[in-house]
Amino acid sequence: MSTTHTASGADRLRADDQAPKSSPSGGLKAVGGVAGWLDDRTGAAKPVGYLMKKVFPDHWSFMLGEVAMYSMIICLLSGTFLTFWFVPSAGQVVYDGSYLPLRGVTMSEAYRSTVDISFDIRGGLLIRQIHHWAALMFIVALSVHMLRVFFTGAFRKPREINWVIGTVLSMLSLIEGFAGYSLPDDLLSGTGLRAAEGFMRSVPVLGSYLSYFVFNGPFPGESIIPRLYSVHVLLLPAILVGLFTVHIGLVFIQKHTQYPGPGRTNDNVVGFPVMPVYAAKAGGFFFIVFGVVALISALVTINPIWAYGPYDPSPVTAGSQPDWYMGFADGALRLLPGWLEFTAFGFTFSFNVMIGAILLIPVMYGLMAAYPFLERWVTGDTREHHLLDRPRNNPTRTGLGVAALTMYGVLMFAAGNDIMAIKLHLSINDITHVLRAAFFVAPPIAFWVTKRICLSLQRKDRDLVLHGRETGRIVRTADGRFFEQHEPLDEFTRWTLVQHEAHEPLQLQSGTDEHGVASPTARKDKVRARLSRFYFDDRVEPASPADLAAAHHDGHGHESIESAPGPVESRPALETSRREPPQRP
Amino acid sequence: MSEHDAPRGEVRHTTSAGYGTTAVRLDQGHVQGSGRLPERFENPGLAPHVPRMADLDERAAKRAEKQVATLFGLSSLATIVFIVAYFAIDSKHTAFIPGIGEANLYNVVLGVLLAIALLGVGVGAVHWAKTLMPDTESVEMRHPQRASDADRERVVTNLTEGGTAAQLGRRPLIKFSLLGALALPPLALLLPLLGGLGPLPKDQLSRTMWKKGDRLVRDPERTPIRADQVTIGSVFHVLPESIKDSQHVLEDKAKAAVLLMRLDPEDIKPAKERDWGHDGIVAYSKICTHVGCPVGLYEQQTHHLLCPCHQSTFDVTQDCKVIFGPAKRPLPQLKITVDSEGYLVADAPFREAVGPSFWERGHA
Repeated sequence: MSTTHTASGADRLRADDQAPKSSPSGGLKAVGGVAGWLDDRTGAAKPVGYLMKKVFPDHWSFMLGEVAMYSMIICLLSGTFLTFWFVPSAGQVVYDGSYLPLRGVTMSEAYRSTVDISFDIRGGLLIRQIHHWAALMFIVALSVHMLRVFFTGAFRKPREINWVIGTVLSMLSLIEGFAGYSLPDDLLSGTGLRAAEGFMRSVPVLGSYLSYFVFNGPFPGESIIPRLYSVHVLLLPAILVGLFTVHIGLVFIQKHTQYPGPGRTNDNVVGFPVMPVYAAKAGGFFFIVFGVVALISALVTINPIWAYGPYDPSPVTAGSQPDWYMGFADGALRLLPGWLEFTAFGFTFSFNVMIGAILLIPVMYGLMAAYPFLERWVTGDTREHHLLDRPRNNPTRTGLGVAALTMYGVLMFAAGNDIMAIKLHLSINDITHVLRAAFFVAPPIAFWVTKRICLSLQRKDRDLVLHGRETGRIVRTADGRFFEQHEPLDEFTRWTLVQHEAHEPLQLQSGTDEHGVASPTARKDKVRARLSRFYFDDRVEPASPADLAAAHHDGHGHESIESAPGPVESRPALETSRREPPQRP
Repeated sequence: MSEHDAPRGEVRHTTSAGYGTTAVRLDQGHVQGSGRLPERFENPGLAPHVPRMADLDERAAKRAEKQVATLFGLSSLATIVFIVAYFAIDSKHTAFIPGIGEANLYNVVLGVLLAIALLGVGVGAVHWAKTLMPDTESVEMRHPQRASDADRERVVTNLTEGGTAAQLGRRPLIKFSLLGALALPPLALLLPLLGGLGPLPKDQLSRTMWKKGDRLVRDPERTPIRADQVTIGSVFHVLPESIKDSQHVLEDKAKAAVLLMRLDPEDIKPAKERDWGHDGIVAYSKICTHVGCPVGLYEQQTHHLLCPCHQSTFDVTQDCKVIFGPAKRPLPQLKITVDSEGYLVADAPFREAVGPSFWERGHA
């Protein structure tokens, strides 16, 4: 065998290859050989370099999604810890651990291991509470994040897909939460599963089969705990993390939306680069969220399963309630009247259960997911939107959102009707009747009130632009009159108040052609025009330069403004800034 | 827009051209020649940067540096104390903590230290970013989301060419058999899953373990009950005596749990309820007909039974008819009598399915 090097086969092909040129800068040397080694093999320097300089806009409300993301990560971390000790088994054992009140009690292994985590694993209680609190915070944060996205119109093109992914994430997180708190097999969660079994039975035709398939036979059975465990730690987290990755990936690709303001346009992103500002702020924020969850978990007990006792189908405690995010569905079940159950053709239709327990959640999320497409159809707006709406500038959307929120709130309150009755010394029957009515009456009122408030806020903005800020300085004129001096807004403050566009309702053309033949889409168009009027009939035009000039009317030489109504007689210059009713468009 | 611009019957809408397209809109300003004002205000561009204390004053910057370092230091310190506390404190020890009450000291101390360790890092990093890192805003341009027409064209071409190259169009036999081959195999995965999930319910939902002659025993003591032990106004949580032989205690209990109450026979309105009871003692299924929670609350004075889950209320004087709440059907009554020794026994199994409704319950 020859050891001399001859250019053979493949080597000859490589002879022309360029040797990697290396004249590293000082900085590159400082980062070290590891980064270079990695880049030689992946070429990651280009995308990483780009990402490091990527700009994110700053606003407190953009942190809501971050809180959700971080809470999810905390759940994953703390949950992994819990799996090391939790035993997902319904096998019955007799407790002999360190918590005296439960000694000698027969319970499932799931319950015993949860009690053990709480009392015998060092730090176990803390991690359990962190897991539960982080889960609650996750769903709070993602819900509020969703509201932010809705009310600012961030779901508009091109972000409809991400909105739909978000609704799926939100729905799955409810199920993930329910599966999680059902696992310890304590009396409260077992009662929740008992009710869930009742829900399944209400499904027409398949109900009893569904129940037997899910529970592997009669309730409770020994299969539900291990099955829920697999769903809770494997199936749903995998889907959640996968969808979340797409969700945040789309945020990177589409770039974050931003609030309107000076220098911010539909074509740019104004903010801070990842390196160093966002790395520090967002990275630090993770620790803040984790720290706050740890602090709450240190100080406030959550789900003290040792006090509830193991699950037994016969006893129950008063005030049985699910975790907060299931409250609205539980409330719906409390409000639905019994007469919705009836028998026909010898079969039982349990709409009193099915509407609240089976249909409510998919219908609610279905409507949410459909909303961007509905609004797009109504507005006929096919442009990309990267500038957020201030909620007041789209009064109908904001009103609809608040109406939906009110509906949700009524259901949520209904889930506490027993607690309210006890604490407020009211009749539970009265509370339930009032809430039943409120479910239908309150949302329209909320819509109307919100819409009027939004329009008023728009008028206030207009007023502020046209007449300036109240300075609080009272001036007396020579002839003895008093007025308050107003200070005009600077152009940067003003821009935020005038940048939006007021949509006009779509105009309906005649529904027939020149031969009097009805258009095939006439009916659809009529609906669309009516919806468009519903959205945009009431509107306040943003103040324009002409409006401002007319309001000032102080001899800048713009007297040729056609739209300037206004008084002809000249007033003292200062008086022009006196408060006047805003010009209604 | 004139009449013939818009197709008949179509909804048209106005767009404000160039809405928010550039930082400073050059088309705005005084409209040349007309002396009129522009229709809209123009975007003034970024507001001037206001420097922070630390930008102007080196002492302020130094102070910020010290604050950040203190927070980071606090974090490390808290972690070290955490490790000490982990071993030093007895995990069973409870202590009185102001504002909370008696609490597990171990949990509180570990949690608070962990919180300090995490918050120290977090608050320190954010403070660093806010005081010392650059706070001039950067601007990045957006680009339309859609790819160029050429790129779109290429994808379509590649797809059609790929299809043609694979002779997809020319050989329909392959196309259709492929569709079948892709659509059907998932069934082979799904069927064992669904088929193995559980047994069929058959009539099990309609039957409980109660049978004629089964003694009523207290839950959880499992002692039989003599009729003369049941005083007016008392309530017993009851199971069938045969539960002691049950192989599936929880499953049987979930259907067979019964409430036993004694009323003044005068108060009982329906004759059937009186007949199925014994001297004012009546037994009803404890499983709510709404979604199956145990109907656990008995109001002695009014003889109302209340389900704590969704507040369905049943009136025991009226054969447990629903008088409020989301349930529809009355609680099923268990016909009881006394045996030769004076103990209460079931006189017949339940006549109908107990618990929540289901599709075929009428066929039991």
